[in-house]
Amino acid sequence: MFDVSVKALLGEFDLDVSFRSESMVTALSGPSGSGKSSIVAAIAGLYRPAQGRIVVNGKTLFDSERRIDLPANKRGVRVVFQESRLFPHFTVAQNLMFGRWLAGKKRDRQFDEVVSLLGIETLLARRPRKLSGGERQRVAIGRALLAEPKALLLDEPLASLDAGRKNEIIPYLSQLVANARIPILYVSHARDEIERMAQTIVKIDSGRMTEIERR
Amino acid sequence: MFSFSAEEIDAIRLSLWVASIGIAASLPLGMFVAYALARWRFPGKILLDALVHMPLVLPPVVTGYILLLTFGRKGVIGAWLEQTFGIVFSFRWTGAALAAAVMGFPLMVRAIRLSLESTDRRLEDASRTLGASGLTTFFLVTLPLALPGIIAGLVLAFAKALGEFGATITFVSNIPGETRTLPAAIYTFTQVPGGDAGAFRLAAVAMVIALAALVISEVLARKTAARIEG
Repeated sequence: MFDVSVKALLGEFDLDVSFRSESMVTALSGPSGSGKSSIVAAIAGLYRPAQGRIVVNGKTLFDSERRIDLPANKRGVRVVFQESRLFPHFTVAQNLMFGRWLAGKKRDRQFDEVVSLLGIETLLARRPRKLSGGERQRVAIGRALLAEPKALLLDEPLASLDAGRKNEIIPYLSQLVANARIPILYVSHARDEIERMAQTIVKIDSGRMTEIERR
Repeated sequence: MFSFSAEEIDAIRLSLWVASIGIAASLPLGMFVAYALARWRFPGKILLDALVHMPLVLPPVVTGYILLLTFGRKGVIGAWLEQTFGIVFSFRWTGAALAAAVMGFPLMVRAIRLSLESTDRRLEDASRTLGASGLTTFFLVTLPLALPGIIAGLVLAFAKALGEFGATITFVSNIPGETRTLPAAIYTFTQVPGGDAGAFRLAAVAMVIALAALVISEVLARKTAARIEG
């Protein structure tokens, strides 16, 4: 599902990681600043690694030797960022429809399903600024799910939330992950979050893979 | 006291027209240059930045003279434009609009650039990971978020263009109905006996327009910011 090998010098930070996971849900775990988000950004195509190869679900997204580097918008890899990154000038509904609209899709049954799965029916007309942290993150998950994802990268989706908000999201996430039909990479520094969900855990420290645990 | 002569109304109308056209026509280039300066790294960037700001520090008469040399009928660009497209700048209102655009350009670029620099790049990344190309991201995310700054830049440039005198009079002279803008008309009134009343009326109009422009820009910028942030 994920075959990642990335070498990059990002400022002072030296990233040199390779791992391979055939699990539907893979966790990327490690302390903050260990390079997890840089791996996510590389897979998403937000920067070009100096060297390496990124294959997701059999599709080569990046290969420095074969000079393949798909632009971020052509990768089909959707990201849920730690800080939501909702578009402030759009309503919740417009945020949810962003990727769908770009893919030429309309507001259809799938839209309604995702909205009800995440319990955000009552938020559709609101602006992101008027949402709580937990609501914002649920909308961000919905936005990624509705953008026809070929793979989903969840970059510390709970890290910016307090315990109460975390408990609000975890049921949705668990359900999403349990029914995953696309590869999911779940990034977290919290051990308990990961253990419940992932079949493969890749541990990262100081820009290197230290251990891979298959469960 | 405040009944305007035809000549005065001509000057006011011409000024608004010349400044509007000049600023509107230079907006696309202004956006492009501001974007390049805010986002790209390229050789000669400092030089481009300095060049854009030149009209701000150069004596306006010099800017006007340079325009005359380049865009005048015998100028390199002016001669080519006339032969190819039939566009003439010298001693026409179009030339006044060009001078207005050049003088307003640094202010426009500066405001747009600042606003582009302060937009959240992470939102652009989010847009791209959702399937939007660079251009789509620019129009759907970057541009709306930078809108308050763009409006501010436009109004500032417009106000500057409206008051343009030195470059205009050097480049296209002071022809009633064609290139005699508000400042040129005020200047003319002060040079003739009995022109005081006219000069005073036009000066009052200039002040009202400038004040209105500043208030409108502030209101628009606030409204837009409120709309963006919800």
